[in-house]
Amino acid sequence: MDVRKFVVGLFDDEKVLFPAVKQVRKAGFRIHDVYTPFPIHGLDKVMGLRETSLHTAGFIYGITGTTIALSFMSWVFTSDWPLNIGGKPHLPLPAFVPVTFEFTVLCAAVGMVLTFCYLCQLAPGVKKHHFDARATDDKFVMVIECTSETTEAEATALLNAAGAHEVHTQIAEAGWWFGTYDKEQKLYDESQVKVAH
Amino acid sequence: MVLTAIGAVALAAGIAFLGLSKDEHASTRFWAVLLQNSVYWLLVVNAAMFFLCATTLAWAGWTQSFRRVVEAISVVVIPFGILAFIVLMGLVFGHQHHIYHWLDTEAVANDKILSGKSGFLNPTFFTIWSAITIGGWIFLGWNMRRISREADVQPFTVEEGKKWIFKNTVHASFYIVLFALTVASSIPWLWLMSIDAHWYSTMYSWYTFASSFVAGMALIALFVIYLKNQGHLPYTSEEHLHDIAKFMFAFSVFWTYLWFSQYMLIWYANIPEETEYFKARVWGEYRGLFYLNLALNFLSPLLVLMKAGAKRNYTIVSFMAILIIVGHWVDFYLMVMPKPLGDHASIGWFELGIAIGYVGMIIWFVGRALEKAPLVPMHHPFLKESVIHHT
Repeated sequence: MDVRKFVVGLFDDEKVLFPAVKQVRKAGFRIHDVYTPFPIHGLDKVMGLRETSLHTAGFIYGITGTTIALSFMSWVFTSDWPLNIGGKPHLPLPAFVPVTFEFTVLCAAVGMVLTFCYLCQLAPGVKKHHFDARATDDKFVMVIECTSETTEAEATALLNAAGAHEVHTQIAEAGWWFGTYDKEQKLYDESQVKVAH
Repeated sequence: MVLTAIGAVALAAGIAFLGLSKDEHASTRFWAVLLQNSVYWLLVVNAAMFFLCATTLAWAGWTQSFRRVVEAISVVVIPFGILAFIVLMGLVFGHQHHIYHWLDTEAVANDKILSGKSGFLNPTFFTIWSAITIGGWIFLGWNMRRISREADVQPFTVEEGKKWIFKNTVHASFYIVLFALTVASSIPWLWLMSIDAHWYSTMYSWYTFASSFVAGMALIALFVIYLKNQGHLPYTSEEHLHDIAKFMFAFSVFWTYLWFSQYMLIWYANIPEETEYFKARVWGEYRGLFYLNLALNFLSPLLVLMKAGAKRNYTIVSFMAILIIVGHWVDFYLMVMPKPLGDHASIGWFELGIAIGYVGMIIWFVGRALEKAPLVPMHHPFLKESVIHHT
């Protein structure tokens, strides 16, 4: 259990959200996360997130797929079980190309999906606290974690000043746990909060 | 901007070579080189026209900040179309049956396959359809540019803007239909595939289109980068370059896909009348070029342009654009030369001279066209979308 205290600000419009994110970061606060109903171009840059290395992982999975497909087919058709197919050579590279291509795509795609799920902590039965269900509809939700340097009052004032139309505080689980989304989750009280430094 | 010197040198070289053309091999080489270059460069600049109309039809916003560059390139369709038409007519009425075997009436009469094709492959149809095609490209290109200039006059109201965009869409769709009937189908059959008169491939037109389109995107990239470096395109940034380079990357792979589909089906079926096409190219003098073609047009764009950072880097994209244009010139060389010249083709001063001449002409004509219109269509309704474009 890793219960923390969060200040949650709701925004109506991405046009307000963008400057707000800049303002909050400029004031020296660390943003826990921003939840939006749809992907917003450039938000990652404004939030200062590191560029994902998912595509590098994808390249490696792809290369692995290419290697496996080519070496496996070559081994089968040259040494394990050579067959004469229409008088073609035993190592017919053009005929291997479609299979190699498909296997490369398969490895890259499946590998990237699994990596993505791992990075986002997505799996059946894994549950994370969501701060406001309206983030899946029409609200943009910015969450700031209260730490020893960030007080609740400061964060609330800042979010209000930045144009949030609703600001409140939640005490909630920061990590993931096993559970389901059909049950309403309970919030914790002040005494359980661990303050990060 | 004006590098007419190169063009002049090549022109002089071409005229000098004309004197040699009494020899049959030399004259075939002369015409084959002219055919390859005039068709290749015409299709490359025509790809700018296709890009313009396809993006207009899709209501693309991001292209507007450099749209005038694409339009300037499409102006070159006029001179290159006329040049190509002169060369094609020179072939047909000069009776160059070493290049177009179907021009030899005696051979056609004694040949079941060729006489079967004679309804399509005959001088009358060839001439008329080529004239309609080139005339259509020139007219519809002029038309698109004329409409585009209306965005320079004064701001549109919302209603006017909607009407104007709709007008653009309709006129662009005329060109796209003509394009489908010409570049994407009949023109490569007539101009290039009929060199190997007995042979045919259903992939051929798409493959030619992919080749010319990727080279056309590379040409657009080069001009955009050049003008950006000169400080002329204030609203174009690496975001736009990124998308242009994506086109270069994606269509290189698309070209490979079509090239390989054609190759593999023929290789797999192994029917003599089909394999003769590749026999000349893979097992003869062209073997080196054949693999060079794949290395230039598939492996290098795939590996170099794969990373997002490379697509946003002006130097890397310029280098790859030049590589792609050269690579597809080699591709067209491989389409044209093996049949008429057999194993005696060469890449010498004449081949390179004519190619450089065409490059010089492109630079000169595009430079002139760029001077004639403002570089940014200031009142285009989608311009703002392009200014804030973000990949």
